[in-house]
Amino acid sequence: MPKIIPAPDDLSKPFWDAVNEKRLSVQNCTACDRLQYPPRQTCFACGSAEKLEWKDVEGKGHISTYIVIEDGRLNRRMPDQPYNLALITLDEDTSVNFYSNLPGVPPYEVPVGAAVQVIFEEVGPDQLIHEWQVVD
Amino acid sequence: MATQPYKWRRDTDGLGVWEHRGKVAVAGFGHSPVNRRWDETSMDQTLGAYSMLACKLAMEDAGVTPDQIDGVICCDSHIAGSSGGTASNWAPRPYFDPPYDSEWGLTLVNGDWLVKQLELPNVKYAPSNVPTIGEMLGLAAQSIADGKCTTCLVIYPTGNMEGRYRRGGENAQDHADGARQWTFPWGNHGGNDFINIFPHNQYCLKYGGTHDDVAPFVINQHRNGLLTPWGYNASSGMVQLTEEDYVNSRYILNPLRIFDCDRPVNASAAYLVTTAERARDMKQPPVYVLNHSQHNFTQRTTQPDLDEIEEWTDRAAKRMYEGAGLGPADVDIFNPYDGYSIMSQFFLEAFHWHGVKRGDSFAFYADDIRVEGPHPFSSSGGNLGNGRTRTAMYTDSIEQLRGTAGPRQVTVRAETALAAFTTPSSGGWMMFGKHPS
Ligand SMILES: [Zn+2]
Repeated sequence: MPKIIPAPDDLSKPFWDAVNEKRLSVQNCTACDRLQYPPRQTCFACGSAEKLEWKDVEGKGHISTYIVIEDGRLNRRMPDQPYNLALITLDEDTSVNFYSNLPGVPPYEVPVGAAVQVIFEEVGPDQLIHEWQVVD
Repeated sequence: MATQPYKWRRDTDGLGVWEHRGKVAVAGFGHSPVNRRWDETSMDQTLGAYSMLACKLAMEDAGVTPDQIDGVICCDSHIAGSSGGTASNWAPRPYFDPPYDSEWGLTLVNGDWLVKQLELPNVKYAPSNVPTIGEMLGLAAQSIADGKCTTCLVIYPTGNMEGRYRRGGENAQDHADGARQWTFPWGNHGGNDFINIFPHNQYCLKYGGTHDDVAPFVINQHRNGLLTPWGYNASSGMVQLTEEDYVNSRYILNPLRIFDCDRPVNASAAYLVTTAERARDMKQPPVYVLNHSQHNFTQRTTQPDLDEIEEWTDRAAKRMYEGAGLGPADVDIFNPYDGYSIMSQFFLEAFHWHGVKRGDSFAFYADDIRVEGPHPFSSSGGNLGNGRTRTAMYTDSIEQLRGTAGPRQVTVRAETALAAFTTPSSGGWMMFGKHPS
């Protein structure tokens, strides 16, 4: 069963546009030198809206921890159960994290601490999402 | 000119001692029966009927008559709520005779509906947009202190109907908008189970231990629940949960098990809150409000981590202690939220209750936390032991301070109590006292 399809809004459109071009681009506050994801109207740290810009990141991260969804509430994902849901920290700023189902990693066999690289997965017509793959 | 919204929350750092400390009191409480679901036929068991019953019991408990009530604070949201999916609404099925000729009274209850049904002639204060029980007792305390009313019913209805809880609605859609676009594609519906399970895993890694180390806590919650006559577990004939039951129970979000989650129920509870002066002339010994505090912290990224959860709970504890003018050694009864078992350790450690510091909870759980023992943690049995009423923490605190908790009555001193329905990120805490200062 395919994953749930994100519905971009004014704030998130630049992010999803980048993902559809297979780029991971997050907000960067030039005043604080901090990355920010998910996007917000203002910088989480200093509150500035003007100092926020979009910045492509390398897309390297590490697996912090994970759970296995065995009885979730989202209809579209139920046929996938059990499936991994890992927490990925971004190497360029470890205060930024992402979710991943770690495609290719069997449920319960998640290598916690392993390095991962961003990949892009089609979830609907013309819509990709960012996913993460263990680096061998 | 638009009127300013009433600023009643104590939700910033450094507010000092609450200026109305000890000047407001809880004088009564009432609980409806707790059913797993409304059976859709018994009109005396609707959410509305149960809310009216809870109000009557609370007034009786306090020895107050309907004409004395001048405030009604009722949480507007049905617990299964607008995000609860199709199973949480009665419509589009045919309605019943009045007062059940709409969703009101069936899946929704509010102050206006209750004032009308209970025929309360003198209510001058029944605010709308009332928050959940996590904040509403704080709202009541501040409202009374500020003179908006003097004798107030505070009602928290928790509905549940046939169908799997929170299935359907937005959870059944193919697209995810708003905040959901950052969680739903990967299977996270955005609830407190997800929010807290990752930090809990990080907790086990950082401090040592495994998920099953919460078993003694969950089992003790069930034990306390069986000592609570009005609760779901005791009133529906459940037997004591064993360690074997727990470790063999199925996973929901592995390692989170089904017994780590509270059971949705159909029930209502009411509290009678008034001025300390009036409470002293009522039927029960007053339980004074020593402080109320709230918090609403913003997560910095997709998922709060352990550091963030510890920072938030530390700040909430500091606010509460500061406002009450008390410290960890002063708190006798401690009833934190347990709707997912994995949250409670964060609160226990933040408040340093019985000297428990970061990383100490699993050893504390393995010690004697029974109500008759030296560390009667969560003497209410919470939501794991009583069903998802979200009120057991408050009611037990009141009963312990009155000395009327029956088989749950602690053997240690019971003069102050901390109670909450709160997650690490948002909600509030209440500090109660047997004495006004
Ligand atoms: Zn900034």
